[in-house]
Amino acid sequence: MQQGSLLELRGIYKSFPGVKALQNVDFTLREGEIHALMGENGAGKSTLIKVLTGVYVKDEGDIFIKGHDGAVQIRSPQEAQRVGISTVYQEITLCPNLSVAENIFIGRGKGAGVNWRTMNKKAGELLASLGIAVKPTQQLASCSIAVQQMIAIARAVDMECSVLILDEPTSSLDESEVAKLFALMRKLKARGVGIIFVTHFLDQVYEVCDRITVLRDGQLVGEYEIESLPRLQLVSKMLGKELDDMADIKNDMKTFDDDGGTPVYEAENLCSTEGIKPFNFHIRRGEVNGFTGLLGSGRSECVRAIYGADTVTSGTVRMDGKHVKITKPKDAMKNGIAYLPEDRKRDGIVGDLSVRENIILALQVKTGFFRPFSKAKQIAFAEEYIKLLDIKTASVNTPIKSLSGGNQQKVILARWLLTHPKYLILDEPTRGIDVGTKVDIQKLVLKLASEGMSITFISSETDEMLRTCSRLLVMRDRKLVGELVGDQLTQNTIMATIAGGDQNVG
Amino acid sequence: MTQLKTAGRRRGLLGNMTDTNLLTTITIAVFIVMYVCAVAFLQEGFLKPQTLFNLLNANAALIILSCGMTLVMITGGIDISVGGVTALVCMSCAVYLDEAGGNVFVAILLALGIGLAFGIVQGFLVAYLDIQPFIVTLAGMFFARGMTTIVHTNPFNVVNSEFVSLKETRLIIPFLGSVNKKGNYIDAYIEIGVVVALLVVAALFVILKWTKTGRNFYAVGGNRQSALMLGINVKRTTFLSYVICGLLAGVGGFVYFLHVGSGAPSHATGAEMNAIASSIIGGTMLTGGVGNIIGTLFGAMSLALIQTIVSSVGLDQAWWTGITIAAMLCIFLVVQSVIISRRKKKNTAEAEASASEAAVEAKAETVSDKAENSNENTDNE
Amino acid sequence: MSGKLDPKGGGSVFSRVLRNQIFIPFAALLLLALFNLIADPSFFAINLKMNSAGSYILSGNLISIIDNGSELAILAIGMTLVTASSKGQDISVGAAIAISGSVLLRVLCGNDTRPETIQAPIIVAFLVSAVAAMCFGAFNGVLVAYFRIQPMVATLILFTAGRSIAAWINNNELPIVPGEEFTYFGGYIPGCPLPTPFLIAILCFVLTWAMLKFTNIGLYSQSVGINEKTSRLNGLNPELIKLTTYIILGLCVAVTGLIKVSRLSTINYSVIAKDIEMDAILAVALGGNSLSGGKFNMAASILGAYVIQFLTTTLYKFDVQATALPAYKAVVVIVLVVMSAPVVREKISRLTKKIRSPKRTAENQA
Repeated sequence: MQQGSLLELRGIYKSFPGVKALQNVDFTLREGEIHALMGENGAGKSTLIKVLTGVYVKDEGDIFIKGHDGAVQIRSPQEAQRVGISTVYQEITLCPNLSVAENIFIGRGKGAGVNWRTMNKKAGELLASLGIAVKPTQQLASCSIAVQQMIAIARAVDMECSVLILDEPTSSLDESEVAKLFALMRKLKARGVGIIFVTHFLDQVYEVCDRITVLRDGQLVGEYEIESLPRLQLVSKMLGKELDDMADIKNDMKTFDDDGGTPVYEAENLCSTEGIKPFNFHIRRGEVNGFTGLLGSGRSECVRAIYGADTVTSGTVRMDGKHVKITKPKDAMKNGIAYLPEDRKRDGIVGDLSVRENIILALQVKTGFFRPFSKAKQIAFAEEYIKLLDIKTASVNTPIKSLSGGNQQKVILARWLLTHPKYLILDEPTRGIDVGTKVDIQKLVLKLASEGMSITFISSETDEMLRTCSRLLVMRDRKLVGELVGDQLTQNTIMATIAGGDQNVG
Repeated sequence: MTQLKTAGRRRGLLGNMTDTNLLTTITIAVFIVMYVCAVAFLQEGFLKPQTLFNLLNANAALIILSCGMTLVMITGGIDISVGGVTALVCMSCAVYLDEAGGNVFVAILLALGIGLAFGIVQGFLVAYLDIQPFIVTLAGMFFARGMTTIVHTNPFNVVNSEFVSLKETRLIIPFLGSVNKKGNYIDAYIEIGVVVALLVVAALFVILKWTKTGRNFYAVGGNRQSALMLGINVKRTTFLSYVICGLLAGVGGFVYFLHVGSGAPSHATGAEMNAIASSIIGGTMLTGGVGNIIGTLFGAMSLALIQTIVSSVGLDQAWWTGITIAAMLCIFLVVQSVIISRRKKKNTAEAEASASEAAVEAKAETVSDKAENSNENTDNE
Repeated sequence: MSGKLDPKGGGSVFSRVLRNQIFIPFAALLLLALFNLIADPSFFAINLKMNSAGSYILSGNLISIIDNGSELAILAIGMTLVTASSKGQDISVGAAIAISGSVLLRVLCGNDTRPETIQAPIIVAFLVSAVAAMCFGAFNGVLVAYFRIQPMVATLILFTAGRSIAAWINNNELPIVPGEEFTYFGGYIPGCPLPTPFLIAILCFVLTWAMLKFTNIGLYSQSVGINEKTSRLNGLNPELIKLTTYIILGLCVAVTGLIKVSRLSTINYSVIAKDIEMDAILAVALGGNSLSGGKFNMAASILGAYVIQFLTTTLYKFDVQATALPAYKAVVVIVLVVMSAPVVREKISRLTKKIRSPKRTAENQA
């Protein structure tokens, strides 16, 4: 091991069926540093962290930790804790049925007994020192997500670890909580603790981190000092595109003219139980528009309300000028609306069913319970779309779960295209899939629009939105705050609108 | 931070309770209300302490089995072999005592051994081979029931003198006796099984409340994945819960044997379902992570009490018992399901409120961060 | 079709047969048959003989298997659907059979426990009992689908109460159905050498086949069982589908109840269809269907049911007492589930790979 380093990973390999998640990745963490681990989705950050914390066992490679001779084997979370690695995950990994204090202390320490009084007292002190306003005796489930996240951090901090991994801990914290967390991180850093910090927020990286390691497609891109890597370069390293490439956003295919005719879909004061403010929305034939905004700003909730996926509480909806009632997904489907959900695995695929069944599902439901398609017809449908979208699958009968993410997404897309919708909603269709498929999907969106389909496209990648959409609706704080068209469609205007403040448009 | 404080304040007395405490409180309240009603509206018999003791005497084995069941259910599993094991224990001990002329001490060891063996095998299959507990313990039940008849086909009473004297040992409770019609004072008594049952309840209560292993059971039942991340050996904890449940099935089997004094293939028919019912009525959730031994004790007692009430009302036909237990179970299940889903909604609403506030304050520039799914858990929880 | 990502896609005919779900019960059946063939070939003898009613019927172990296995096979149909959609099993079917049988008797015999003639046409009585069984199925279904109680627990209620309700319907009396006609359902129709239960089962299979063919119940229940959220977003109503499967199981229960009661012309509330829920669940598992829901293979479940009956008959043949049967069944179940457990399978495949890989490298070098 090098002098001053706390943790070294050398040549780590990890693969899952069909995916090479990590290939020959090196990583070094020094004493007393905050080290950002960056990369796009699917770059391998989570896998690397799970290898480090014993959730996954690496296929190949060595892990060295200061104070341990030779390579250490980490086969379970307990072993990771034992060698001084503690972790805060993006999703809460605490037990909702236990009290706050228990969640901090369970699974650690010696002895067989539980002394509730000392435990509660110690937890109270710890929580107070971190400024977390919660009673140690409270049941965890009764705390908000943000507080739960802070409790997880408190637990990790209290473990006297030498390596602290923070896997996107700030996504549910507000600004003051983030500030508190950063103060804490600096304190730990001064004590010599090495911190691995995974986040999507570039600002936070430049605020607290010392060094950055970038991963892309499971491979190491490089390790950089923070001063030597300006933001723009970091982004280009993460995306694997040169800066010129990224600037080159062409709008050549976008030729939509708002003719002012009757919208295909029109909603007034639409509102659902998911906490969004009532909003107005319309889309015309052949138009591609999009919802943009920060995560949690309510863009998915808006389209879910349109589709009737959440319980709609108010609003009037007209399709082609006629009043319709959409209270459940089936209503939307009957009215020619299709919705590709953002969480493919949870809301999109039916894992054990075949590609064929996944493709015909929506049309089958639309056709009716007593009118099933014949097997031959099913296969014909499936093969048609497999060919059309170039879905890579062994056969129509392959279970969808054995396909790669991009191909799964194409199958879901095929499912909806098969219903020949008038209005197609795509919520993050390109998330977590390879670049080639991303481009395919964008092209397809523009092609479908040119054939007259109305499409709402949501993506976290602004350049993708700029490339496909002719109108952007901006969300902030679960509220529709602006509408951008034509010349306003630039990165800067979008950001300004999202931020609010003086440049507020619309 | 302000929203966090108000979140805490908004809850009432019940809202601040943990799920476990809330459900246990409901159970105890129901038991007391039932008993008071029984005293008020039915015969005076319910005023005699002996009525309560008789409930205990007749149901000591059920209490023990329910304790084991509760433990497994807290860990998120189920064990339906306990009734079968009870029957097997009865039969094996009976055959050993009478035909082999063995002594009682070895018979006890035999009972514990049988229970433990079932616990270990089932625990291994569930915890380490990841087979569904229902199937494993169903097979366990089949096996135990079948073995019972293989050991001996016909029911018979045990005449072993050592055993009979142990069976007839009564512990007199001073001062709580009553005067019968002839004016004679009759002592109140409990059987040895009751002492064992109460010891089991006490021991399990202590384990679940004050030991790390005990808390691990709750953690594993609450969220397996989280428990793993928190550094708990999930497999070993699950295994342990089945071993303890098996052991308690052995203990319960012997207590049952002590109460009935015979071996028969039909012994403890449906005991597993009664044990599950006791646990559920006692506030244990089948989804795991929530439950309390004291609740289970009262659950088993409620079950016994309602049977006594039903028969003393004059509805002594056997079917009323089944129907009332089922009705009670039904009510408790629905109440649980409603309470928990309402709580969940409330929590989600609060979590979302704070999440949206977090979103406001997050800086706007971060949009260029390609921030993909980092926030999903707050969005969709 | 373009490209081959799934390495499992191809394979020889043999390996495709091995992967087919129905292979599991089929192999078990072959194994049992082989065992019997070696132990006692006369096991398979089928004779034509005259019964007490004066008509020729077939008899023999195989006939007894298809006769007695039929109730189980019919139940397995409903159980398979319930398992697929609700990721759990209904443990109250035995009790529900008691109820529907009791209703049947009540309608047939009226208030009199020893009537001279039946008080209502059999078809009416059956329909009433079917409605009753479907109501109880719906009760389970509502608890499972709308109150979101785990199936096993929800059905525990009826499991506990069912036999008591059955006894209560007939005031704990044991009415005896008069007349020959009623016994046909559980015995033989004059002139037909095959046992009626088997014929009823065949009818049920045909109806089930038609149901799977002409409605989407199969696709919907699998989809709901695999991913409820996706199903909802694709316009399905998961609650309604779960409820439907429980009602279908109710219908299966009624048919089984008819056969069971007809066999005796009366009922024994505490014994009728005892432990049949366990056998029905076992049939589903033996058919290679996951008990945690999702994909199912109906034919495999049905075959599984007959395999269980085959096993039972075989054990009887070897003088195993009826009461000791469960022990042997349990061993079979454990062996089956252990062999099909993912953890074990993975270990075995790793082991075979290890054994094979040296050979393969040798081949490559050659």
